[in-house]
Amino acid sequence: MAQVHFSAGLRDLTGGLAQVEVEATTVRRLVVALEEMFPGIGEHLNEASSVAIDGEIFTDADYEPVSHSSEVHFLDIFQGG
Amino acid sequence: MAITEENPGYKWVGTRPIRPDGLEKVTGKAQFGADLMLPGMLFGKVVRSPHAHARILSIDTTAAEAMMGVKAVITGGDFPDLAANGAHPSEIDVANNTIAREKVLYEGHVVAAVAATTREQAEAAAEAVEVTYEILPHVLTVDEAMADGAPLLHEGMITKGVDPAPEEASNVASKILHERGDLDQGFGEADAVVEREFTTKPVHQGYIEPHAAVADANSDGRAHIWCSSQGHFQMRAYSASVLGISPGMLKVTAAEIGGGFGGKTVIYLEPLAVRLSQRAGRPVKLVMDRDEVFRATGPTSGTRIKVKMGVAKDGKITAAEVWMAYEAGAYAGSPVGAAGMTAIACYDIPNFVVEGYDVVCNKPRVAAYRAPGAPMAAFAVESVLDELARDIGMDPIEIRLANAAVEGTQASYGPKFPRIGFVETLEAIKDHPNYTADLGPNQGRGIAAGFWFNAGMMSSATVHINENGTATVVTGSPDIGGSRQSMALMAAEELGIPYESIKAVVADTETVGFNDVTGGSRVTLATGAAVVDACRLIIEDLRARAAKTWDVELDQVEWVDGQAQHAEGAQPPLSLKDLAAKSGRTGGPISANASLNSRGVGAGFSTQLCDVEVDPETGVTRVVRYLTAQDAGRAISPDYVEGQMQGGVVQGIGWALNEEYIHDSDGVMENPSFLDYRIPVASDLPMIDCAIVEVPNPAHPYGVRGVGEVGIVPPMAAVGNAINDALDVRMTDLPMSPVKVLEALNEQRD
Repeated sequence: MAQVHFSAGLRDLTGGLAQVEVEATTVRRLVVALEEMFPGIGEHLNEASSVAIDGEIFTDADYEPVSHSSEVHFLDIFQGG
Repeated sequence: MAITEENPGYKWVGTRPIRPDGLEKVTGKAQFGADLMLPGMLFGKVVRSPHAHARILSIDTTAAEAMMGVKAVITGGDFPDLAANGAHPSEIDVANNTIAREKVLYEGHVVAAVAATTREQAEAAAEAVEVTYEILPHVLTVDEAMADGAPLLHEGMITKGVDPAPEEASNVASKILHERGDLDQGFGEADAVVEREFTTKPVHQGYIEPHAAVADANSDGRAHIWCSSQGHFQMRAYSASVLGISPGMLKVTAAEIGGGFGGKTVIYLEPLAVRLSQRAGRPVKLVMDRDEVFRATGPTSGTRIKVKMGVAKDGKITAAEVWMAYEAGAYAGSPVGAAGMTAIACYDIPNFVVEGYDVVCNKPRVAAYRAPGAPMAAFAVESVLDELARDIGMDPIEIRLANAAVEGTQASYGPKFPRIGFVETLEAIKDHPNYTADLGPNQGRGIAAGFWFNAGMMSSATVHINENGTATVVTGSPDIGGSRQSMALMAAEELGIPYESIKAVVADTETVGFNDVTGGSRVTLATGAAVVDACRLIIEDLRARAAKTWDVELDQVEWVDGQAQHAEGAQPPLSLKDLAAKSGRTGGPISANASLNSRGVGAGFSTQLCDVEVDPETGVTRVVRYLTAQDAGRAISPDYVEGQMQGGVVQGIGWALNEEYIHDSDGVMENPSFLDYRIPVASDLPMIDCAIVEVPNPAHPYGVRGVGEVGIVPPMAAVGNAINDALDVRMTDLPMSPVKVLEALNEQRD
């Protein structure tokens, strides 16, 4: 199962959990699964986060594949100059 | 130049041809935002608030409308109320920043705009607009804004990221937090601990070209905008939102741009020009003067940052604690989030807490500025690390090498780094003669490092082959750092034709597919990848045409050095020129489009070495030698890469030594000109030496990482560390002006 990591700022929405394991094949399905585990987190992840999958950072990552060994981090969106 | 992989033998990538925009710029032919003239065009003028915080009680435009030559006067009431329409809060903030509705939140906030036949008539009419204000108490700094009982900018602002959510509104828009390990344990393992507090002032991006926009509205509701921006697709989207229309109703043409550095990723004038044009029925031009640029655009945040770090005797950082508050200006959205993610990202630290606050105050809304948020945090962290190195008697490069993030390091913001080149930048500095050059009296040497993510995002490109075998590369990424040259170089490499045979252009929003903003150091990576994709589609097409010409199977045709070759040599080669000349017989014009959401962003690192000489009598600091080493991944156009590296350093030196917003007690800016807000000029500086490090990004066809931003991250700390080396005084408040240096020296003497 994919290892999903939450920054300290997101742990308010996960009951303090820093990491969970989720079975999903895409980021979108992963977010759906997380919403079931932590109601309310889905909207936040969709609006305010980019995603790092195995070290690679994506924006608009809904359909990016996630494998059973993937390490997924949700990151705050940042703006470049 | 340090190169970690063998040069792959490119013919065009990595060369230094003459820049494609140079001739038009030096002869004055280049069309910048303010240069466009249209028949019947009117001139606009914006009315701005003289108060830092006030409620708008009334706006009387009667006198202005009656003046000679005046064709239109608009106020906030001429735009849809996005809040009432249930728009996203970020859209509402953009709209309210463009033109105030109920309150003005900073000196310079727009309250009305006029259009008239002449510039003088417009200026006179703007003076005649009567605005009645109820002046409200204001807050100018994070300290004032975060104080108990501080006047509120937004009565409904509840801090996000705090659990449980506060019951009362404040000026703190959000809190960010990153933590790992056990801070107490980490500091317990330290042999040396340093704790310091730093402050920085808002600084402006300082682009030479002020904002300008021309709009020509049609009676069917459509409009054409010409403007100077870092992203005309973004200008279209933002403007459409403020105007309450579909983006497809607007066509935006990118003018040549005279600098942006992040500050031209936002709208100011465009919707105003469109609405004035709609009201007047004629084209309208709006151009800011420098005073307006300072009072109402940019800048980046002023900050307060506290850093506590501990190291063991071997130089390993055992713990880091960072607290930071960033001014957002009038609306939420300071770059504190990126600051929190970048502050200690250069290093592998087992125990840390990074906490940050996004704080609104009565100054212009901050805008992106090269690596937004990172430079201030680096000033604090790299200054403390320098002090720790001194405390344990360790070389400043060695302490950074001892802690440097490498491939596989868990970044402080979460994921593991892929292949990165931080260590290579440190070694490039160490190996350079500047590192061991002799220092004279009152001279000192400082080192600092910095990190920036870089970005990918969406890009489109079209490549046309002309009938003579030359090519046109069309993108929608405004060229602020040499992208036309880098696009052409990559296309030349792909197609196998001379760079001089390719013209790269920036097309309007109706002529090329969508492109995200030119920012985040993303264009050479993302738009470049789209150009490469389009070129490869062209090559497949050319192979098919050659196969058709020779009546052979496709797999018998190879594309080598700009020509189709028969795999067995049974046919004489067909050059691109040959195939283009007969394109009508083989299927018609040769053209290809490619669009993508870029993958494989490669992070950027920079390490910099600064030598200063400080006059102990006057406190004046002069940079006498400067070296910057930066991992470009691959320098497609080394001239432009060096230009980006040098530009970032120079802006950072200005930030370090001179630049700051100064406000009076009423919140009115006192230095809104380049005379009083002094950016460095060529005569202030030595040559900025560059060491381009190339650790290719494996996810990009040419190894590109992006080079536009990280160069501005280390300079303030590098300069501060050099001053400390020269005088043994630790500067913690930017800018490190002569007065502050003298104060520090006087404290030292006391």
